[in-house]
Amino acid sequence: MTRVETTHAWRGHDQRLGRAAMTFLLFLPALIFLAVWFVWPLGQLILLSFQGEDGAFAAYQEILTSEVFRIVFFNTLKLAVLVTIICTILAYPAAWLLTRVKGFWFSIALYCILVPFWISILVRTFSWMLLLERSGPVNNFLITLGVTDQPLKLLFNDLGVYIGMVHVLLPYAVLPIYSSMLKIDQRLLLASDSLGASGRTTFFKIFLPLTLPGVTAGATFVFLLALGFYITPALLGGPHNLTAAMLIDSFVNERLVWPLAAAASVILLVIVLVVLAVTSRFVSLGSSVVVK
Amino acid sequence: MAVKETHGVRFEQICKSFGEVKALRPLNLEIKPGEFLTLLGPSGSGKTTLLNIVAGFLDPDDGRLILGGQDVTALPPRARNIGMVFQNYALFPHMSVAENVAYGLKVRGVKGMALQRQVNEALEMVQLGGYGERAIDQLSGGQQQRVALARAMVIEPDLLLMDEPLGALDRQLRKHVQLEIRRLHTKSPRTTIYVTHDQEEALVMSDRVAIMRNGRIVQIGTPGELYEKPDSAYIARFLGESNLLPVKVLGVEKDRIAYSIRGYEGTFSTPAKGQAENTPGEAQLLIRPEALRVSQTDGNSLRVVVEEVVYLGELTATKLRFADGQEGWLRAMKSPAHQPGAVIRVTWAPEDTRLLPAKD
Ligand SMILES: Nc1ncnc2c1ncn2[C@@H]1O[C@H](COP(=O)(O)OP(=O)(O)OP(=O)(O)O)[C@@H](O)[C@H]1O
Ligand SMILES: [Mg+2]
Repeated sequence: MTRVETTHAWRGHDQRLGRAAMTFLLFLPALIFLAVWFVWPLGQLILLSFQGEDGAFAAYQEILTSEVFRIVFFNTLKLAVLVTIICTILAYPAAWLLTRVKGFWFSIALYCILVPFWISILVRTFSWMLLLERSGPVNNFLITLGVTDQPLKLLFNDLGVYIGMVHVLLPYAVLPIYSSMLKIDQRLLLASDSLGASGRTTFFKIFLPLTLPGVTAGATFVFLLALGFYITPALLGGPHNLTAAMLIDSFVNERLVWPLAAAASVILLVIVLVVLAVTSRFVSLGSSVVVK
Repeated sequence: MAVKETHGVRFEQICKSFGEVKALRPLNLEIKPGEFLTLLGPSGSGKTTLLNIVAGFLDPDDGRLILGGQDVTALPPRARNIGMVFQNYALFPHMSVAENVAYGLKVRGVKGMALQRQVNEALEMVQLGGYGERAIDQLSGGQQQRVALARAMVIEPDLLLMDEPLGALDRQLRKHVQLEIRRLHTKSPRTTIYVTHDQEEALVMSDRVAIMRNGRIVQIGTPGELYEKPDSAYIARFLGESNLLPVKVLGVEKDRIAYSIRGYEGTFSTPAKGQAENTPGEAQLLIRPEALRVSQTDGNSLRVVVEEVVYLGELTATKLRFADGQEGWLRAMKSPAHQPGAVIRVTWAPEDTRLLPAKD
């Protein structure tokens, strides 16, 4: 009896080892790819950030003490936070709508949300430039409606940047929220209703709390992506809309100070990692993206 | 907990279809205040649909629902003051046990000490005192079930609905919670509609049982009435074990019905009063396994072959084969042990048999 059990246990062990080896082999190409094209350059970048002419920490010192850099980093953070808030507020009802519609209309709604994913961000940004310019369709429409007499300035300022970024990042907020709404057991809402709760109470006490993991996940994705945005603010924004990514670009392409660019990148990376670490304590980000 | 005046329920011509599927045919039913009524029926017979209509989760296509004398057909669930226990419990996963129970009270504006007291009382009632701070996923299935019960009962509902509340529990626990629900009901009778497809559960718990089939209530009565006087072979088979023999009704004579049994010589008879079938022609004869006895004489008895003897502890079940090949069972406290293959005679008291229509 005992012997049978032992061999059994051993076979289980072997199988588990076999599976682990298999999993590892399947991951190997991806791991090699990441090591060569991601980990290695990242290491180089970090090394580079400590190779300033005036000592190892000179680049960091310059960035952290300079007024301009502080303002740019603050602007970047503010932009990311506001874009995140706007995206989340817009995404919530959109996600809800997605859970309500069925069949044909569901496909239509889903494509509307996903199609932007498949179009180059550059194309989309240029499209916004055409739409938002002084004599573009949006201004014409507003004038026809009588909302305004003269064309509004929609481009090369905060407004343009927000419109463009929210448009690009919205799907990243919609999908996790949609997924968390799908996971809610409808009977919980019925239970709340039959216990005497109004629709409002059911929403705030049951529905909203249960979708919070999705909201957190979506907001985190949007925030992290917004932090590193470059093309959209560069094309749709004005001279004031300088973001950290644009700053890094100018270090590399205009001032040719690579250590400074590297240090700024590392600081951005650290912010991203901290945000990820904090939010992943509250929700499992992985499970929130997967639509069951 | 104070005993509260509870309401009766009346269904008037309630019906509901889903596309082509007639989930409920026009249905009338009256439930008395304080009554424990069980809906028993196979999957798809419309039990959940009926319950959802009472709760207000579904609108009937037609008909009226009267709760405590008031027409509630058009009222939303929240205005009906009905307690519902769902099959999967549907406890709020982001709230503690106490918060779950408090939910319906808070919605009703109960606050502070009163809230705390009522929540504690409800938890004591289901023997979960001291579990208030636990998270839902820290409870076993049976405990979650009892939280669901406390949550539904704490609001003092006029009507309690339970949809297969014990479906997910193992046998042992089922028995335990069954008795507990029964005890709570006896302590403070509250009109209850209970859904199950476990016949034993239905018999143990209910004042009355309604047997459903294809969106209809085919028979309703106390457990005893249904067991002893089923209207059809379908119901007889549904509740308990039954021997069903094909017979031919010959006619009524002086308060007795005469019939012959397929495969056997001679005629038999049973009191005519209250039979489900008495028109001459094909019919079925119901004899419960415990009504059969081994007989030493020839009168009013049938020759059968013993196929198998099964010991069930204090009872012994003997599997029989009748002359026309039909299988059946005899169950007795201690029947003489027969060898498989033995030919014996079985008899019964004529008033313990029931004639049922040939078709289910
Ligand atoms: N939302 C719905 N849409 C379409 N058909 C439905 C719907 N709900 C129930 N039905 C159909 O109505 C009939 C009755 O269903 P119901 O859920 O009331 O059965 P039930 O007696 O509760 O069965 P079970 O014991 O399996 O829970 C079934 O044929 C079912 O397929
Ligand atoms: Mg059901």
